[in-house]
Amino acid sequence: MDSLSLRMPFDPEQLKQLRAGDSVRLSGYLYTGRDAAHKRLIALIEKGEPLPIPLENECIYYVGPAPASPGHAVGPAGPTTSYRMDQYTPRLLALGLKGMIGKGLRNQAVIDAMKQYHAVYFGAVGGAAALISRHIISSQVVAYADLGAEAIHRFEVEEFPAIVLIDSQGNNLYETGPKLYKETYL
Amino acid sequence: MRSIQASLITETIAELFMEANYCIGEDVSLAIDAALVEEPSPQGRDTLRQIADNYQIASSERVAICQDTGMSVVFAQLGQEIHVENGDFEEAIQQGVREAYLQGYLRKSIISDPLFDRVNTKDNTPAVIHTRIVPGNRLQLTAVAKGFGSENMSALKMLVPADGVAGVKEFVRETVEKAGPNPCPPIIVGVGIGGNFEQAAIMAKRATALPLDTHNADVRYAQLEEELLASINALGIGPGGTGGRTTALKVHVLFAPTHIAGLPIAVNICCHAARHLSATL
Repeated sequence: MDSLSLRMPFDPEQLKQLRAGDSVRLSGYLYTGRDAAHKRLIALIEKGEPLPIPLENECIYYVGPAPASPGHAVGPAGPTTSYRMDQYTPRLLALGLKGMIGKGLRNQAVIDAMKQYHAVYFGAVGGAAALISRHIISSQVVAYADLGAEAIHRFEVEEFPAIVLIDSQGNNLYETGPKLYKETYL
Repeated sequence: MRSIQASLITETIAELFMEANYCIGEDVSLAIDAALVEEPSPQGRDTLRQIADNYQIASSERVAICQDTGMSVVFAQLGQEIHVENGDFEEAIQQGVREAYLQGYLRKSIISDPLFDRVNTKDNTPAVIHTRIVPGNRLQLTAVAKGFGSENMSALKMLVPADGVAGVKEFVRETVEKAGPNPCPPIIVGVGIGGNFEQAAIMAKRATALPLDTHNADVRYAQLEEELLASINALGIGPGGTGGRTTALKVHVLFAPTHIAGLPIAVNICCHAARHLSATL
């Protein structure tokens, strides 16, 4: 499949052009974050304290990598299921977060916030962790080191394979895709 | 009486968990290859190709197939004529898990308290151990590394007898439909029917670790497995959940006697990276 190349942090105008189902290759820098890190970020926001990472035009990858074995910059690092972050996500989108990479469904509040702030939800293949890690050039823990795999890492990635699951207009590949193949079953 | 050293159990468990996490079973990789031929969705085929390539990379580089290297589950069948020497049976298993996850570059995903502290135990223990004492002098160990993306999509329901086959079909289909893309399709569906509340769940888990090219020995249940698979693949969820016909690779059903008032059913969903391996000592 033909893929569009995008750089992170994102160009917001370029993101608006993307449509659900587009195949993309992501290069540049992103931040990792999953349940525990999101909980801490939201706690800081609620207290009005500064965050350990920038959010404006940035991308968060929902992942908790496995440890890197010798000769690897990072261990296997595929996407985790995104809905667990749903209750935190709208707050981050309001602060400028523009992209998320994960897998699985999002709730309506997230989709509404994505439309409001022109953000995009990308999908990577769940369970393709060793393949995906080949596209991660470097990894550095930037916050919450005590969380281990759940710490916030800054990844440099090159040609990271992803698809647009939900675009900034709210078009959702998880709705349109299965409809094409659903059959009546008695 | 036959003696087995606890250290041999530890060594075996460690090997099983490392190997299972690096190398997918041939039954799964053949099923993915077959799906690549049959799958009509271009995006679905692309997902299946990435899955197949990933299996190759993981086994050749000896790295984990998935970063979620799972909660460790062990099914043990311990021959009653075995005496475990120089150590405690369950601790020998826990030590094997510890060594696999610490030495094998596997992610440590277990926390000691589920609700309040949620602090990582840092060695992926404790494993969940199901032991049956059986006749004989052999010890069979099955290691299952169960990821939680699919575990979270699993469900149990106490149906009533009047719900019957139709109720079973509806619950399985509904559970998979609700899970949608979340459990990393194509999935393997383990179904436990009968028994009681906990037995149904344990059967469902065991069913996810059966070889894909086998079916229930009872022809009625084998037929049910086929029908459930067809109904799931008619949902259109597809590889990665972006649409297609390959939503499940296999449905395995296990059943057990139950109470006159009940029809328990448990559905344990396993992602395509169905990591399990057995050894007999």
